Amino acid sequence: MNDLWEGVAAAFWLVVMLDADLMEITARSLQVTLTAVVIAAALGLPMGAWLAINRFRFRRLTIAVLNALMGLPPVVVGLVVYIMLSRSGPLGVLNLLFTPTAMVIAQVIIVTPLIASIAHQALRDLWADYHDLLISLNTTKGQRIRALIWDARRSLLTATLAGFGRAIGEVGAIMIVGGNIDHLTRVLTTAISLETSQGNFALALGLGFVLIGLAIAANLAIHTLSRTERAGRW
Amino acid sequence: MTLRWMIFAVVAVLMTCAAQAETMRMAVTTSFHNSGLAEVLLPRITQETGIEVQLLVVGTGQALKLGQAGDVDAILVHSKAAEEVFVAKGYGTHRREIMYNDFVLIGPEDDPAGVKDAATVAEALQKIAQTRPAFVSRGDDSGTHRRELALWASAGVDVTDASPDWYRAAGAGMGATLNTAVGMGAYVLSDRATWLKFGNKAGQAILFEGDAALFNQYAYLPVSPQLHAHVAHDSAQRVEEWLTSAAGQTMIGDYQIAGTRLFVPNARARE
Amino acid sequence: MVAVLPLDLKAATVRRRGRHIIGPVTLQVKAGPPTIVLGPNGAGKTTLLQLFHGLVRASSGQVSWAVDMPQADLAQAYVFQTPTLMRRSVQDNIAYPLIVRGVARRAARRQASEAAQSVGLGAHLEAPAHVLSGGERQKLSIARAMITEPQVLFLDEPTTNLDGRSVREIEEMLMAAVARGTKVVMATHDLGQARRLAGDVIFIYNKGIHEHGPASGFLDAPVTPEAAAFLNGDILE
Repeated sequence: MNDLWEGVAAAFWLVVMLDADLMEITARSLQVTLTAVVIAAALGLPMGAWLAINRFRFRRLTIAVLNALMGLPPVVVGLVVYIMLSRSGPLGVLNLLFTPTAMVIAQVIIVTPLIASIAHQALRDLWADYHDLLISLNTTKGQRIRALIWDARRSLLTATLAGFGRAIGEVGAIMIVGGNIDHLTRVLTTAISLETSQGNFALALGLGFVLIGLAIAANLAIHTLSRTERAGRW
Repeated sequence: MTLRWMIFAVVAVLMTCAAQAETMRMAVTTSFHNSGLAEVLLPRITQETGIEVQLLVVGTGQALKLGQAGDVDAILVHSKAAEEVFVAKGYGTHRREIMYNDFVLIGPEDDPAGVKDAATVAEALQKIAQTRPAFVSRGDDSGTHRRELALWASAGVDVTDASPDWYRAAGAGMGATLNTAVGMGAYVLSDRATWLKFGNKAGQAILFEGDAALFNQYAYLPVSPQLHAHVAHDSAQRVEEWLTSAAGQTMIGDYQIAGTRLFVPNARARE
Repeated sequence: MVAVLPLDLKAATVRRRGRHIIGPVTLQVKAGPPTIVLGPNGAGKTTLLQLFHGLVRASSGQVSWAVDMPQADLAQAYVFQTPTLMRRSVQDNIAYPLIVRGVARRAARRQASEAAQSVGLGAHLEAPAHVLSGGERQKLSIARAMITEPQVLFLDEPTTNLDGRSVREIEEMLMAAVARGTKVVMATHDLGQARRLAGDVIFIYNKGIHEHGPASGFLDAPVTPEAAAFLNGDILE
């Protein structure tokens, strides 16, 4: 319990002092995660919509695979991305290993199935509502996907925020492909992991509280900007 | 702790200024990084050679892998046998000894196995095997783990086959293993640096130390530019020169935590 | 504007998963006053309308318009028994079919606003569609169907479960559309509504067209005993 209070105090002082290192790794956490989530949403939302409106041979299998990928262990993703980006790997010439870009790539792989799967579930129900109308109006597939994504934007925002939550707290993959290099690829989660391994529980917890605060702030900001959770709106 | 972060911040500013300079990547073991020596050495290296050294803190096994794949320019590890294989296979150009520190045997302050009175580390380990208190092993094929296994072997205790129930392999880094050992009130072998800097000592202390069998030699291995043309071999060599220079060796020898010197520099002039 | 009518069905039959739903149907829907589809529940009124509109395909036989299909598709609209409201404002719901056809958003919204005003939804333009009452919802879906000025408007029991006033207002909307030359094809089980609107009547019974003729003749002097029984209010199976 003592560690917990020290953690709260550590978080308080880090934030109050606008600690430069904290600001740096927090900004990098946000930068990496937001980039990854934007890319993952741009891939996952249309993918979910496409799965919702199309009937094809391996649809069930595809959805099952997608749902299974949601539970993909980040460490495995990290290893695969590491092997691809390693200088001895197929994409080694790009020289991306141990850079924030590599961390973004790993997070996109982790988050896209999650966003696509939640989006698919939300859009499948909406498509059941819209099916007859949109067929009657002679809409193209692209128009159907756009209408579904736009009209379900608030559920999709939730899907995207779930992706954000998974990415911002992720450590296994980015530790491997980012390397936790100070001032280059160190982010909140890898810093927490490092401090824990050095037995500095209070500081690790402090960073953890900063991470939670950051996630809450990001959620509130997005909800405020998009005016969800208000009466009379979807 | 805030103070340390602020020192980091100053270093950060300094290093950002130098960020335009050349960089090299060095994989180091957790035990070396946990000592805190890097935080003193690296700014100095940047200052004197203009090279910014980016550290990848990993286990010895992973460090060797990263070097083999050409993902880092040099490695600094402590597992002599594995290092010699690394050079023999042509992954590294050579092996240069830099410094050593030592391992210590940590356990509960009341010392149920009585290792405090042992004359040698072998005897200490035999006492543990006889009284069977919990012992936590790294179990991660790291340099420390390999050394621990070698020590058990020299003590004539078999912990590899049919691991006895008092012997717990954590499969984790030094810090996580120490956390486990502290939580269980168990004995554990650690490098001195990690233990001194470790913040969660609750009820545990160094119970045995000083046997020459516990010395822990660190060596520097530049990754072979013949195998990986892209590695910053020139930078790696200049960093090696600095580490083995009089200035570098003095700085290593003077480094202290809580009044304790951690490393003994022992680099020799190159043959 | 090229006339898409008449609509010709030749021995058109619908089967779904091996089950016979309706047909064979052979009939012609011509331009003119509204065609009303009558028949007991489950007789296949909805399937027939959807067959007309192309939402259901004929398993055998033919459904053909006076013009080719893409053109015919653009000249018709369909109002469902339960209005499908998109999760948008009233104005954006009505504008959607125009946007699908490539009309610029601003122009589409202006047209939608005028259409909403003309059917009495002007006060709810920016309101989300789902807050509307039952009658208002159906007015919205008719306004949305009419926004592309279709030559043929199909309606599947649009006034079921609505209050008298809404029914009257919706019938007024339909009469206005008819006066502008729109062909209305509507299923209903409200005989009074059939009397008020029908030019001709299609009576469906036992998965086929049982009678088809001018409304006056059918409603006052049905030919078949089943039609007579239906108009009399007897239960037909």
